[in-house]
Amino acid sequence: MTDSNTSLSHLDLETHEKPFLDANELVINMGPQHPATHGVLRVILRLDGEKVLGLECVIGYLHRGVEKIGEHRTYTMFNPYVDRMDYVAAVSNGLGYCETVEKLLNVEAPPRAQYVRVILTELNRLASHQLWLGTHALDIGAITPLFYTFRDREEILKIFEKYCGARLTTHAFRIGGLQYETYNGFEREVKNFLDFFRPKIDEYEELLTTNRIWVERTKNVGTISAQDCIALGVTGPVLRASGVKWDLRKAQPYANYKNFDFDIPTGQRGDTYDRYLVRVAEMRQSVRIIEQAVGGIPEGPVMAKVPKVMKPPAGEVYHSIEAPKGELGYFIVSDGSTQPYRVRVRPPSFVNLQALDLMCRGQLVADVIAVIGTLDIVLGEVDR
Amino acid sequence: MIAKFKSAYGSGVEPLTYAGQNYMVVDSSLIPEILHILRNEEQFDYCVDITAVHYPKREKQFEVVWVLYSFAHNQRIRVKTQIVDGETLPSSVPIWPGANWLEREVFDMFGIRFDGHPDMKRILLPDGWKGHPLRKDYGILQQDNEWVQINLGIESGQ
Repeated sequence: MTDSNTSLSHLDLETHEKPFLDANELVINMGPQHPATHGVLRVILRLDGEKVLGLECVIGYLHRGVEKIGEHRTYTMFNPYVDRMDYVAAVSNGLGYCETVEKLLNVEAPPRAQYVRVILTELNRLASHQLWLGTHALDIGAITPLFYTFRDREEILKIFEKYCGARLTTHAFRIGGLQYETYNGFEREVKNFLDFFRPKIDEYEELLTTNRIWVERTKNVGTISAQDCIALGVTGPVLRASGVKWDLRKAQPYANYKNFDFDIPTGQRGDTYDRYLVRVAEMRQSVRIIEQAVGGIPEGPVMAKVPKVMKPPAGEVYHSIEAPKGELGYFIVSDGSTQPYRVRVRPPSFVNLQALDLMCRGQLVADVIAVIGTLDIVLGEVDR
Repeated sequence: MIAKFKSAYGSGVEPLTYAGQNYMVVDSSLIPEILHILRNEEQFDYCVDITAVHYPKREKQFEVVWVLYSFAHNQRIRVKTQIVDGETLPSSVPIWPGANWLEREVFDMFGIRFDGHPDMKRILLPDGWKGHPLRKDYGILQQDNEWVQINLGIESGQ
């Protein structure tokens, strides 16, 4: 049933069986313990000299059976587990999970909680993009951005710590709203952070955007077309850098994103450089969203009325949010008991990683590092 | 669109809505045709997710779910089908290349095979592992002891 509009442009699915030994072909193994794979990812590369002919990813080293655990915990007890998937954007994971269960329960978080949720989620998007920028630049050989981004990320983590006591696996939200009211001076501190952070984005750009080495290492590297992105299910900044103006915050708004004014940055070429520009532009947009949200937090309760023992009526819901890496979906089946019958997590990193093979073909072996970095994967989320 | 399916396939397709989300339960023999139509005629060009649910008490134990999205219509739909243990389904890799890993994960976790998949093997668990952990009869502490002893050199991973 293959037809031309669904097959990938230069990845031929039929060529799986190749002659075993080809005199020009060299198979090398990268990882699973490798500083540039951002976790335990093993990549088997097929090379012709320095050129990549194809590669295969071996994943699962961090598999902890999160979906199975979900079936054996109550809805409330499973909430902290989701933080451990994409551990650099734990707040987004929590938002997606809480909103999905809220849909099953048919409750909605109160407006005040929605605002705080948006602020924390966008702060987390900034933190995630900062971590990505620092490590991605480090992989390619620029050490300074790492220190810059980690210095500034610290300020975000301080806000998280003050709000909920944790820096990374925050468990910031509860089903039905927030457990904690914001602390005294929360709004002021977020505003101070924005004032502090805005010029820092310019600093990152000064370091890299016109830096000749950076441009040479990233332009036309790991190019992927919009059509291939869609065929492979690639979402997030990778899809947008290929020119598709699609962001779930706009396309199917959740939380209260429809109240805020922001743009969706896109690229044209779909190469590593465009993805860098898109993510940096996204940081600026996140700052815009937080700015609007922090100025308008309404008074009121932070928790909706939810039962102490949650028993959502039998049914199933798929809900997804725009996590920093792409579409993060939860598919939860309830059988009317206190525990989910099935929790399925649709992780953006897992699906995006599939594109690595296509993006690396024909590139040099050194570019594989750049492409793994630009995909912005977190192996905790890939393997769950 | 759903009405069109209903008139064309009758009782083989049952459209439903829950919590404002549309899905349809499709007879497993109609799956290749329906998915093909959804992709090529209804423009559901993005295969968001493929997963399964195990209901051990039912006669048809497994429910396989496709979550699809259309960029053109900004619409989601879920397609569900029920199959018995051991029954295979046609692979949707020729329709959506991104289904590759998703189908491998369903195979890994549930043991459901997809015909025509280019590389039907486990993805998260090691190749030699016995059992499919997301089946309901697989205990939460259960593991493949033999694999653990041979490959990790320890008595138990627990």
